[in-house]
Amino acid sequence: MTMNSEGRPTRAETIATSVQPDERQTASGNRGLRIEEPLIFEKDAFARTGVDVRTVRPRKNRLGGLERNASIGLPGLSEPETMRHFVRLSHKNYAIDVGPFPLGSCTMKHNPRLNEKMARLPGFADIHPLQPESTVQGALELIDTLADWLKELTGMPAVAMSPKAGAHGELCGMMAIKAAITARGEADTRKRVLAPESAHGTNPATAAQCGFKVDAIPANEDGRVDLEALKAKLGPDVAGIMVTNPNTCGLFERDIREIADAVHEAGGYFYCDGANFNAIMAKARPGDLGVDAMHINLHKTFSTPHGGGGPGSGPTVLSEALAPFAPVPFVRRDGERFSLIETRRAAKSTDGEGQESFGRMTAFHGQMGMFVRALSYMLSHGADGLKRAAEDAVLNANYVLARLKSEMTPAFNGYCMHEALFDDRFLKDTGVETIDFAKAMIDEGYHPMTMYFPLVVHGAMLIEPTESESKAELDKFCDSLLSLARRAKAGETEMFKTAPQFAPRKRLDETAAARKPILSWKPSAPAAAAE
Amino acid sequence: MRYLPLSDVDRQQMLSVVGAPNINTLFEDVPDDFLDPSLELPLHKSELDVERILGSLAKKNRAATNGPFFLGAGAYKHHVPSTVDHIIQRSEFLTAYTPYQPEIAQGTLQYLFEFQTQGAALTGMEVANASMYDGSTACAEAALMARRVTKRKKVLMSGGLHPHYAAVTRTNSELIGDTVEYNELDPSAGEDIAAQIDDETSCVIVQTPDAFGNVRDLRPIASAAREKGALLVAVVTEIMALGAIESPGEMGADIVVAEGQSIGNGLNFGGPYVGLFATRSKYVRSMPGRLCGVTEDASGERGFVLTLSTREQHIRRDKATSNICTNSGLCALAFTVHMTLLGEVGLRSLAAANHDAACKAADALTSVPGVEIINKAYFNEFTLRLPKPAAEVVETLASENIIAGVPASRLWTETPAAENLLIVAATECVTDDDIDAYTTALKKVLS
Amino acid sequence: MAKKYTKEHEWLLIDGDIATVGITPHAAEQLGDVVFVELPDVGSSYEKDADMAVVESVKAASDVYAPVTGEIVEINNTIVDEPAKVNEDPAGAAWFVKLKLANAAELESLLSEEQYKELLEAL
Repeated sequence: MTMNSEGRPTRAETIATSVQPDERQTASGNRGLRIEEPLIFEKDAFARTGVDVRTVRPRKNRLGGLERNASIGLPGLSEPETMRHFVRLSHKNYAIDVGPFPLGSCTMKHNPRLNEKMARLPGFADIHPLQPESTVQGALELIDTLADWLKELTGMPAVAMSPKAGAHGELCGMMAIKAAITARGEADTRKRVLAPESAHGTNPATAAQCGFKVDAIPANEDGRVDLEALKAKLGPDVAGIMVTNPNTCGLFERDIREIADAVHEAGGYFYCDGANFNAIMAKARPGDLGVDAMHINLHKTFSTPHGGGGPGSGPTVLSEALAPFAPVPFVRRDGERFSLIETRRAAKSTDGEGQESFGRMTAFHGQMGMFVRALSYMLSHGADGLKRAAEDAVLNANYVLARLKSEMTPAFNGYCMHEALFDDRFLKDTGVETIDFAKAMIDEGYHPMTMYFPLVVHGAMLIEPTESESKAELDKFCDSLLSLARRAKAGETEMFKTAPQFAPRKRLDETAAARKPILSWKPSAPAAAAE
Repeated sequence: MRYLPLSDVDRQQMLSVVGAPNINTLFEDVPDDFLDPSLELPLHKSELDVERILGSLAKKNRAATNGPFFLGAGAYKHHVPSTVDHIIQRSEFLTAYTPYQPEIAQGTLQYLFEFQTQGAALTGMEVANASMYDGSTACAEAALMARRVTKRKKVLMSGGLHPHYAAVTRTNSELIGDTVEYNELDPSAGEDIAAQIDDETSCVIVQTPDAFGNVRDLRPIASAAREKGALLVAVVTEIMALGAIESPGEMGADIVVAEGQSIGNGLNFGGPYVGLFATRSKYVRSMPGRLCGVTEDASGERGFVLTLSTREQHIRRDKATSNICTNSGLCALAFTVHMTLLGEVGLRSLAAANHDAACKAADALTSVPGVEIINKAYFNEFTLRLPKPAAEVVETLASENIIAGVPASRLWTETPAAENLLIVAATECVTDDDIDAYTTALKKVLS
Repeated sequence: MAKKYTKEHEWLLIDGDIATVGITPHAAEQLGDVVFVELPDVGSSYEKDADMAVVESVKAASDVYAPVTGEIVEINNTIVDEPAKVNEDPAGAAWFVKLKLANAAELESLLSEEQYKELLEAL
């Protein structure tokens, strides 16, 4: 069998029973501001509604005899009940607006509210994707302007705007590579894609979705791609390489030009995972470094909100070599007029990118709502502000690295880029594992860092503070982590094993959830009976 | 710079703690030739200036609420209650990440569980995931899932399927060498797709109401698919319809994918939207996307976690069911809040109001000489055959501030059979005055 | 009856031309709490090293390879219904499948108990 034993421990035995004997029970089950809230399905509201709809006396029925007669099973709540339900739920969430959210590789920066206001202008929020072009000239101009910013910031000649998220952009880039190879008549020979062991899980998943076989490149001792090992793996069967830069260890691939040259010489393409673009935005341009395709996470680098897991947006910049294969649709500018190229056939007969488009990735033109927010962020920062933001992000990460290294163990020597990576050597023989350390951070009032990723570092803890944190906030954060590290070494294992104590829930049993999956509420399900 | 908290004094102090003489020391690994490129971009701006620039772009677009508006074809103008936007702008929802630390993300996890339950109920299926990017990508993922379940490599798509959905599915399935068949456009729902299913078909993809607005009976297709060992993938682009017509699940679909934009989400020029993906329990491990499930915490209290994540890319890597690592969380929240306000009672009356508006609009527009309706059965969208190319008519009416519908030729390009067809949607937002204005203007254009 | 092992942490108990196959206690421990097992159909045949079954914990998903070429003659549905059994008794009651050997010569390439122990010590 394959031994994929990396990743976070989720054993039941690590979830110690931790009910404090002296914890006072309340009659309601609530704890002051922490109010328990049942599911909407448990409120006996199946015959109610919180919306006043103009009642129509159905004069006609043209549903073809396919009316829905059976009950659907959807509860309805009045407006005050709905408000309370969701506001109570919101109190159980941590968020950037609450405190530092140092998830490495996720770039949880401040989400300016100006962006939200702009995205809600009726001229952007209330227009339909299939309106006549003459009625949406401002929207097309906005997409074109954002595309110009992205091209200028990356030094790339073309950008596909439609990908819906980072992984979708990654798919876009790899599809373009596949199309380019097919156009060269090498689809049957170039089947292998190289990716470092430290790559995001999406990289191998994307390559596989494109029908490529993934071959891992080892890292060298300082956490970067081993150039010689890479060269040894190159050959006429290699379609390309997928490298994150700065990489998932928070380090800049200093051999990036050599990597690009070697891959190009072997006839392959260079896909760069742009997840960590925040570190180098306006400081260095992937196009200058030899990249052929790179997705940009607007929700990371350009501050569009993560929203509890999406919606994201993943425009993908393409080199001269890959631009002809860009997906439809795209916006064309002709003087003051903007138009949409929506089909492969239409793309063939125009100048510019997409002449041999590999097809379509989504129904419409991409995440317009996110485009508005990202452009609002870019205009606000300008070239000077973006550069400052990247520098502050890198400075903040290095400050955290410098302050924590007295008690914690950095995975690599030297400076880092926008995120600081630690391993679990400092927890050796304490009985405390990375997950326990992370959960103890919750009790300190912080969202944990990314843990157990990248896989190449044992018990990894990856901290990305972003440029949004003040020095005072970082000092408090570092003081808390230093104190935790000392307490772990002092043998206060129990405190870690039973953390978190002060969160809305204690440690949750993921094993039980996976063994008997309950994925929706049912009237007779234990989910209902539990209340 | 209003978004950056560090002062110059802070920066100096921090650099000295770090032990770097200046900021570019930290960028020492970037090749010198490429560090700090000169950029042809403007400098930072005040809030007021940004509002002016973006405001002037927004003003160049004709918003749906600014007059008669009859567009559908995969995105629909519905009224969204004020509560929805208020809730999704709460910091704790807006600025949270994927709930990887469930102890401090119960808010997100509980609403995702509620979303999954609502989605399963609406589609008539047993399980629904925590959402996909949109309906079209969900459709492509359904074809890939059917391949995993049936181990077959042929996708069959109805001529009533939205061409963009078909194109996205084709792009993804052909990439891995599968065969994709897409029927000729089928405005009158006359195809006999059940007869086309054979022993090599992995799935048959059928939309209802279809891209022309026809409400389709999926039962005969479901039984034909079952007989041949293929899966029936039902596509719903107007989820409001499920408040009026039988759900695909009740009609025997194996996978239901839907665009959820109509509930809680604005038009947004095509995105962000929210895809629903639902199936039968027995296929759950082949399903793409995130799932939220019920469990208990160390004190025995009920809680929610992401579960069955071994299907996903961060664990399975090259063997994952999909490379997806995000859902459409905030749009799913908007959906759930709106759906919670509506309840079954509100959804049914809203759906009835939609059907009523469409019936009225169809009656009025077909009173114009030379205009006929194609559909026998429809919900809130129907297709007209005009005596001249629909694209021209739409352009002319747009200059009179009437957004008349989607010309079928915009979706089926260079297809003569599509040229005179106009796809018209009428939702609860359409008033009697809108219908009158449209009818009068159409009469004028066609006379 | 001889017990053999593979480098991929599977064990085989050979009885005539039938091999009972399972995963080793070391593998079960590395996986953590097993939450799901998928077994092949009886009657299906596998080449040596082909993916034959899947075993999942919360954090990991692993393929179980056919250690030798053969046809599946019996599967252990108990572990499908109660995946926790794989953690409780991986070397015994929680066997996965019984294979009818197609090529007895393949057994030569498998590890003895001694050799497997050495392998574990070297990890």
